[in-house]
Order: sequence, then C-alpha cells, then structure tokens
Amino acid sequence: MKFPTTRIRVLLLLALASTIGLFAGVGTYTFYYAEGLSYFSNDPQACVNCHIMREQYDGWLKSPHHAVATCNDCHTPHDFIGKYLTKAENGYWHSKGFTLQDFHEPIMIRPKNSTVLQRNCVSCHQQIVAEINTHPGQRREMLDCVHCHRDVGHGPIH
Amino acid sequence: MSVTARSIDFYPANLSFAMKVPRFSDRRGFALWVYVAVLAAVGIATFLVLLLYQNIVARKAEATQHVFRVVNVDDNTTDPVLWGKNYPRQYDSYRRTVDTVETKYGGSEAFQHLDRDPVWRRIFAGYAFAIDYREERGHAYMLSDQRETERVHKFKQPGSCLQCHASVIPAYIEAGLKAGAPAGKEHREEQIQKGFEVICAQPYTEVTKLVEHPVSCIDCHDADTMNLRVSRPAFLNGIRALAKSDYPTPHLPSIERWRREGRKGEYSPNSEANRQEMRSLVCAQCHNEYYFKGEKKLVTHPWDNGLRVEQIEAYYDKEGYKDWVHEETGAPVLKAQHPEFEMWSQGIHARSGVACADCHMPYQREGAIKVSNHHVRSPLLNLAAACQSCHRIPETELKARVELVQDRNRALLDRGQDAVVQLITALADARQAGRSDEQLKTARELQRKAQWRLDFVYAENSMGFHASQETARILAEAIDYARQGQLELKGEAPASPAGSVAANE
Repeated sequence: MKFPTTRIRVLLLLALASTIGLFAGVGTYTFYYAEGLSYFSNDPQACVNCHIMREQYDGWLKSPHHAVATCNDCHTPHDFIGKYLTKAENGYWHSKGFTLQDFHEPIMIRPKNSTVLQRNCVSCHQQIVAEINTHPGQRREMLDCVHCHRDVGHGPIH
Repeated sequence: MSVTARSIDFYPANLSFAMKVPRFSDRRGFALWVYVAVLAAVGIATFLVLLLYQNIVARKAEATQHVFRVVNVDDNTTDPVLWGKNYPRQYDSYRRTVDTVETKYGGSEAFQHLDRDPVWRRIFAGYAFAIDYREERGHAYMLSDQRETERVHKFKQPGSCLQCHASVIPAYIEAGLKAGAPAGKEHREEQIQKGFEVICAQPYTEVTKLVEHPVSCIDCHDADTMNLRVSRPAFLNGIRALAKSDYPTPHLPSIERWRREGRKGEYSPNSEANRQEMRSLVCAQCHNEYYFKGEKKLVTHPWDNGLRVEQIEAYYDKEGYKDWVHEETGAPVLKAQHPEFEMWSQGIHARSGVACADCHMPYQREGAIKVSNHHVRSPLLNLAAACQSCHRIPETELKARVELVQDRNRALLDRGQDAVVQLITALADARQAGRSDEQLKTARELQRKAQWRLDFVYAENSMGFHASQETARILAEAIDYARQGQLELKGEAPASPAGSVAANE
C-alpha cells in the first residue's frame, strides 16, 4: 500500500474532524431539543417533559405537599452526590423506557427508589414519627409511610 | 503494541532483512484502519442520535395533536368505520371486541349455559330461555347474535329488544319525526322518546331491518364534542325515576346533589353528571335490569324504589308483573336480565368512585397519548391495566383474589340452584297430587322470590365480583325462601313467615 502524501493526510484528518464536529453538533442539538438541561434543575415541569408523569404532576399540583415539596424533594436524596447519581440512574431507565416503549404499565416505583422516598418522608417528619417509626434506619424493614398515606404526594392514578 | 507481534507472524524470522520496510508500511496501514473505524463509529453514533431525535420529535408531536378530522361525522353517523378514520386509536381497540376468549366463569365465548348448568332448563321451564341461553359475546356480535338466537326464531319478540342490541338512535329519531315529534336538534330527546315508543310496539323481525350496526361510537359519544352522552330513552326514564326516589346514591353524587338542590325539573345525567359518573352511566344504559311494560312493550327499568334486588321485586309485585308462568309449578315468576349496573352499585368499587370504564376500558398509552381501551372485556384478561393502577400487587395475586371471590359465589350458587330445583320438584309433585291453587299460593310466591334472587345473581355478569357481599346475601335469601317453600308444602310453616327476611335498610 502506498503511503498517502501529507496533503491527503491533512484532508483526511480534516474530514474526520468535520464528522466528529457534525456528530457533536447534532448531539448537542438533540440534547437541547429534548430539553436535556432541564433535567439538572429542580423544576417539576422537567418531570412531565416526556408526558408519562402527567397524572402524577397533575395530582401533585392539587396535593397537600404542593406548597412544601417538589418531585426532587421526595424522589431524590437530599445530598448533592446522591441526588445526581439517582437522577442519572433513573434518567437512564426513563429515557430507555420511553424511547423503546418497553416498560411495565402502569408504572411502579422500584424498591431502590421507594427507599429514597421513605427516607425523605422521615427526614422532614422525623419529629412526629420518631416515636412510631418501626425499624428506624433499616432500609427495607420500615413500614413505608405511603403505604397508608398514599395520596399525600400525588393522588391515585387513573 | 501488538503491531510488532503481528508483523513477526506475517514475516518469519529468517526474512528479518525485509522487515524494516513492511513494518513501516504496516503502521501506516493500521493508522488508516483506525481512521476508518473512528469514521464509521462517529457515523453510526450520528445515525443513532438522529434516530433518537426523530423519536423525540414524534413523542412531542403526539403530545400536542390528538385528533385529526378526516371525515365529518354527525349525530346520524352510526357506521363506526367513518368514526374510525378520525379516531383510529380508539377504533383499533373497538374492533377487537370480535375476539372471543373464555375466563374461568365467563368471557366472550358463546357457550350454552343450559349445557353447562342443565338445572336452568327446569328453572326456566315454559320460557324462551329454556330453549337457548348462550353466553354473550363481545360488543361486535350483539346484533348478529340477537338475530340468530333461537329465542327470536322460535318465539315472537317485540321491537323493544332493539334498544340495546343496535346503534338505534337515528332510527328512533326518524320514527319519532314520522310520528309527529317536533323537528330540530333541540327536540332530540323528544324525537328519540317518541320513536322508541313506536318501535318497541312493532315486531322485532320487522324493526331489525331499520338498523345496520351493533353498538357504535354514537351510542356513547356526542359527535361534535366527543363528550360522553347517554341517549337510550328507557335509561333516561329509569334514572329519572331513581333520582325521584330516596334510594341513597353515594356512588352517583350528581343525583344526590340534584335532590339536595330541591329536585327541580327532571334529573338529566347529560347535564348533571360529572365525567367520572358518565364513564359508568354510558354502560348502565344497557347493562341493567328491565322489563317490557304493558301492551306497547315499552322497555322500562324497575327503579322507582331503588336498585336492590328486593326493591326491584317490590316494584314488580306492585305492578302485578310476571315474565311467565312456570310450566311445572304454575308459579308466576320473574326473569332477571343482566343487572350489572344494579349490582355494581352495591359494591365497594362503585362506592370508592371507580367507574365501569376504569376496569373494563382502562387507559392505555400509545407513545405519549393516553387512550381509553375500547376493547371492552373482562378485566381478568387485562389485569395490569385494569387493576394495578390502584392495587400495586402482582397480576397472579390479583387473579387469585378475583377467582377466590368468584369461586365462593359459585359454591353458593350451586346450593341455591339445588334448593330452587328441589322446591320446583316439590311444587310440581303437590300440583300433580291435586292440590288446589289456593293451597299452592304461598309456596308459589316463595318460588317466585327464591328464583328471582337466584337468577339475579346468575344472570349478572360478574360471578359475584361486582358486589360479593351483596350476592352472598341475595343467595342466602334465595336458599332460605326455597327451603321455606318446601316446609310450607309439607305443612310445616316456618317460624318466620315468608317475606319477613328483609334486608337491613
């Protein structure tokens, strides 16, 4: 095989750079079009971007917690790293599910997220529940608050 | 790097004098391969990103656009194919009501009840149902099945039957206008009522020619707004009578509000009921108990006193109504139709605000769009969508719970059937032995009561699920009345006189 001249090498590298640039551009635009940045925010509007959470969002608007807690306050850990790790993991599953349309319906919370939720209930209400809390600190042995208080965040879904 | 190793493989050691040049060229070749690989990878990645972009565009578009009117449909369009052009998603599932699937106790397969439970041949002796009593199939078959049943071929049936087996409203309007009802859209209900009265009185074989389609879009929806609407005249009359009574209706809050606000004019579901109530009332138009009143055979719902089995019975008793005289015993007996609306009204789901459509037409998602599943069927065939939005437990467990309720109901039904058939045998024997009508009167009344209750549960299409405690209460009464009848014939009048076993108010 003949070794290409410097000129051709420069042209090839230029083509490669353009291709990668094109990819980066298309990727960034898709991210922008999909309102990708909104997912880093705390705004509940971001959670209804994909329309699946419409009922939950509508329910939350009318719920007792509307004035004091947003989606993230209950559904993501309160520390910075935990919050974004949870967002990343759930974000991955949500995008995969909504793109490929291959998720269980009706949607149900995963045990891992249920644990996050329960911790967040206790984190705000600990003064009230300290005396009645079963297995405090034991992740999955506590009785979930939402087992009884099911409608506090967002109402039942039809 | 493995480049050197690979070069050595290609150029054995004894050719080492030649290695320098090929090594040099090979490294360049490898760089070229890397270049091509990166190019291909970036190309594929770009392709995938664009696919994702397209997917997001599609989802966003779905979320903003629900309906695209391709053809004009109006209040006279009964043909579902035309509506289907505008509402393809709903139409797709509506068409699936042709499927026939059997569940443990019901479903949509047209099995012959008289073969599965032969006792009903005796219970219905002397009545058309003793000849042919097949399970209902899906909505798609309601008209053809009615035209085919032996009950229509071997017996003369009135036009009344048409009300719930066809998309009949335009035919009613036409007949109503012909009979002198005022023209104009604002008089629609009057036209329907008038046409309904005319058509009920004619023979079924004649009027069935006026209709083409089984239940269709127009039977539940307003053509302009797609809002839910009830049009069946008998139902409108019946629900008005129910509203006028004092029967508590916590599951239909609009009736309670109408009463609270001074019972002005007539109660009308179309203007008073909320959307969630309408999601039951459109079904209740037909899935209910009724009889053909008087010579004109007007379809009438016996709801003046309320919706419970003994309240309906009291209505029939007051009217002196009987469906037929039992062939073996001479008792004037009643036939229960399919009192789903009445039974649902007694159950925990109705009480909790769950509508028929919540379980029988649960929402399904297609992309970003939420659609009511118009494939109306047993929730047992669609457990996740039907139950799990409220009951967060596995499908197998849900199914087991439903079937547990149904198994228990079936066991009580079997006992009830035995009791009623034994009373029929005892009554027939007493009649053969020459006892007078006067002597048989009380026992016949007890047969009427027992049989009515048994049939009320058997004919209702949920095998006890719609209101399990209520069906158990009804069957307990049926068994008790049947046994009281047997004691009566033996001359051992029971301690509590017949009829004293009333429900708690």
